[in-house]
Amino acid sequence: MFGKGLFGRLDWVTVILYALLVFIGWINIYSTSVEETHTSIFDFSTLYGKQIFFIGLATLGIIFVLFVESHFFERFASIFYIVSIVLLLGVFLFGKTIAGATSWYDLGFFNFQPSELAKVSTSLALAKFLSDIQTDIRTGKHQLYALIIILLPAVLILPQPDPGSSLIYFSLFFVLFREGFPIYYLGILIFAVVLFATTLMFGTVWVTIALIILTLLFYTFKKASVKIPILPVVGVIVISILFSLSVNFVFENVFEQRHRDRFALWLSLEKDEGKLDEIRKTIGYNTYQSEKAIESGGFTGKGFLEGTRTKGDFVPEQHTDYIFSSVGEEWGFLGTTTVILLFSLFFLRLIYIAERQKSDFSRMYGYGVISILVFHYFINVGMVIGLLPTIGVPLPFFSYGGSGLIFFTMLLFVFLKLDSNRLKDGI
Amino acid sequence: MKKLLLSSVVVLIGFTFIGRLSYLQLFRFSPDQILDDPAIKKVYDYPERGYIYDRDGKLLVGNQPAYDVMVIPREVKPLDTLEFCGLLGIEKAEFMSKMEKARIYSPRLPSVLVPQLSKEDYARLQEKMRHYTGFYIQKRSLRYYNTKSAANVLGYISEVNEWDLKNNPYYVAGELKGTTGIEQQYEEILRGRKGVKHIQKDRFNRDIGPYKEGKLDTLPEQGKEIHITLDKVLQEYGEKLMHGKRGGIVAIEPKSGEILAMISGPTYDPSLLVGRKRSRNYSKLHYDTISKPTWDRSILAQQSPGSPFKILNALVGLQEGVVDANTKFKCYHGFYVGNTLRGCHCGGGARDLNPGIYKSCNAYFAGVFRKIFDKYETTDEGMDVWEKHMKSFGLGNFLGTDLPTGAPGRIPDKAFYDKWYGDGRWAASTIISNSIGQGEIAATPLQLANMTAAIANRGYFYTPHVIKSVGNNGTIDPKFTEPRYTTIDRKHFDPVIEGMRNVYHYGTARWVTVPDIEIAGKTGTVENFIRVDGERMQLTDHSVFVAFAPVDNPQIALAVYIENGYYGSRYAGHIASLLIEKYLKGEITRKDLEKRMLEKTLEHEYAKPYSGEPFKINEYVW
Repeated sequence: MFGKGLFGRLDWVTVILYALLVFIGWINIYSTSVEETHTSIFDFSTLYGKQIFFIGLATLGIIFVLFVESHFFERFASIFYIVSIVLLLGVFLFGKTIAGATSWYDLGFFNFQPSELAKVSTSLALAKFLSDIQTDIRTGKHQLYALIIILLPAVLILPQPDPGSSLIYFSLFFVLFREGFPIYYLGILIFAVVLFATTLMFGTVWVTIALIILTLLFYTFKKASVKIPILPVVGVIVISILFSLSVNFVFENVFEQRHRDRFALWLSLEKDEGKLDEIRKTIGYNTYQSEKAIESGGFTGKGFLEGTRTKGDFVPEQHTDYIFSSVGEEWGFLGTTTVILLFSLFFLRLIYIAERQKSDFSRMYGYGVISILVFHYFINVGMVIGLLPTIGVPLPFFSYGGSGLIFFTMLLFVFLKLDSNRLKDGI
Repeated sequence: MKKLLLSSVVVLIGFTFIGRLSYLQLFRFSPDQILDDPAIKKVYDYPERGYIYDRDGKLLVGNQPAYDVMVIPREVKPLDTLEFCGLLGIEKAEFMSKMEKARIYSPRLPSVLVPQLSKEDYARLQEKMRHYTGFYIQKRSLRYYNTKSAANVLGYISEVNEWDLKNNPYYVAGELKGTTGIEQQYEEILRGRKGVKHIQKDRFNRDIGPYKEGKLDTLPEQGKEIHITLDKVLQEYGEKLMHGKRGGIVAIEPKSGEILAMISGPTYDPSLLVGRKRSRNYSKLHYDTISKPTWDRSILAQQSPGSPFKILNALVGLQEGVVDANTKFKCYHGFYVGNTLRGCHCGGGARDLNPGIYKSCNAYFAGVFRKIFDKYETTDEGMDVWEKHMKSFGLGNFLGTDLPTGAPGRIPDKAFYDKWYGDGRWAASTIISNSIGQGEIAATPLQLANMTAAIANRGYFYTPHVIKSVGNNGTIDPKFTEPRYTTIDRKHFDPVIEGMRNVYHYGTARWVTVPDIEIAGKTGTVENFIRVDGERMQLTDHSVFVAFAPVDNPQIALAVYIENGYYGSRYAGHIASLLIEKYLKGEITRKDLEKRMLEKTLEHEYAKPYSGEPFKINEYVW
């Protein structure tokens, strides 16, 4: 299996899409961080130079992953998971604080972020657990175990504080749904989000009225033959109202002002123009600048290295979380849609690959990988173009950063490695 | 279903993103974003404003450097505040408050600490400046006036206002622009074109280099110098003579239409409206609503021309063939309109053209006026003819000079009287006052001077103008070099000019002759009224004089209008004769007269209506 067939069996479509994304990402990192006095692209004192170094490390990682025996990942999944949890705990004691979050180990040449590693290991562990012959996701007990596997790292990451990374683990629910976890749970989740948002926007009273009216309408127009017992429906309404009431409580007492401001901006809760302006200039500053930068790119963009707002560092954190705004300014609508299409193709290709796996473990792991990547992509781009509130997660393969790039790469290539072995798995 | 869930999510997300991006980049995008791009600063490079010279190449307006002390608060290092304040010539408290203001404005951007240092302060400061980090000196250019005169013609420059910004995209708030006079009229020639540099900024507003390597940048284009037609010596002399008097004087070179002098009294020193003291001085001038120093009487004051206008009536009579030089009218120390006798000071008797003019006989011109109207069947026809002749002298409408202000004056027409009296309810006798330059006609000193130039030229004039040449290129607007012909034939001018010449020999101006210069002139004494607190009162007559000289080869034609100067030769005649002598001879032989004119003021006349006391008019008080 280490033989000459490996490169033949590797899914090159994915590899090329991956390489393209990394390349385009680097081009934009270069654009955001290049100085007039730049010397060489291999100057490791610059961000783009460092990123080249990280790309090199990632390539080493790829080679390592490809030459490890496939079953190694399945067999040691639990060990990885436990190691990750230990590392996440350890960060509280030995961690290095960057930008207010204690999320890193200082390895001298490199800041290592265990929450990135945990994404890989949690995906592996979840796949391992679900693919176990004795696991039946339809039983409540096993659902609970699965939830614990997913939520344990999320809970550990939250107080670092890194709510963005923590949120990412919820994406693994897609794996559960794929494997038979009742899909109406998703319905409940969406319903809860809608309730949350509408309560903030309109208040509990209106939400209650709307719920009751909707229920009455439903009963009025449903087919007479369909019998729906009243009691559970009333129960749902009561729980919804309680939830709605708790939303206000959580919003006012648990959330901090900066969180409240983000929601205020996102859901247009603040009606006072003056205050809204104030929020835009403080908490919404990044989003405002990034939207403006993207907008100013127009259809064709201002051209490579010609982005005035990019050059002027108007968008904070542009080389990391806001890298997509640089695409928008310098490459315009053509550039942004190209990147969106590349990502979409990339994900669809991965889903296709996942579905062709004969081994349950490979498929489940694949779904874990895809879910995590899609979630990053959704939250990051959504935030940069002003659709979602500010949540700090990087854009996979694009954003500047060693841990991110290397672990996203590992995450992906472990899956490609498993895929290259799929014909043997079924036997 | 469960297999498609994630794919659907991916596709849905893709569409949502592309939708949002279309909104941002296609719908909300506008191509002139560069204008409000916070990352690009435009830095302007202003060329020096063009100089202004008089007709002989004497400098009137130049530029002077001014030095602003600038500060970038963030870069300021601890300093010896007391010594620095001493150098700047300000108090420590003032220094501290200005520093605080600058810091509040922006710690990173330059602010003006002390504007417009004098050259002496600058010289002292310059050597020590390097000790004070965070401060630097910025040079600016201000107008410098090499004369205390001609403020009304030269105009001034001031910061552009909202209207300019909205209507002329060239200007940016805070820039300077010619606001009146020549500065306004020839703004684009004088100012040149500013150069633009586009500077890429970072989010702290610091320069980080040229935008697109300066591809969009432009170089400044130098402002051009212009020569104007004013004679610096004559203008300055005229303004001195106007000391303490209100009114306007305009002198024109008949053979070219060039304005030699344009004097408005009272006036002000143009240097008052430059630099730090500009705004305080302007308010002072602007709010003097009684003597109105900023109101250019030479082209804006529309008043009855008085007797000089009689000349035109004579010319129209000759042209229409209703009188000849020998036609006589009887003067009964006046003339009758119906049963009313209107007075005349000429002495009475039978008057023909020549004494009619030099004695300024009212009865003679009333007779001529009637005859003009009698020639036509209806009053309306007569009125049209009369109006056409009058307007051909540049009266009753804007002359079309190259000055940004002006007034049309008034030549009444039949519609005017139909409205006033009713159709068919007026006749030549009703409006007979127009024959002697009172009545409803009104003209500015400029129009009177132009009319005189047309007489001097025997039938044509050039549109009066102040531009002589622009830069090295001598050509000016062709409309200033095209003669405009009056409706009067050349031959009719000779008898009239003879009459005007005799004004000096036998007539109303025989006391104001200039040795060795043959002048043709005409006095005027204009009754006038004002309303104070709703009460109409008559004031001392305006003193008016028009003249040109020498008679046979006119070099100068002028109109002098002195408000409340009493009879024509008393002030206006004297001043006119002095100006003619000054211009033609270069010096004044009649030193006594000159001294008297320079010293006499009419302030006592101007004070009368505001004194609250009863007062006499037309007194012989010197």
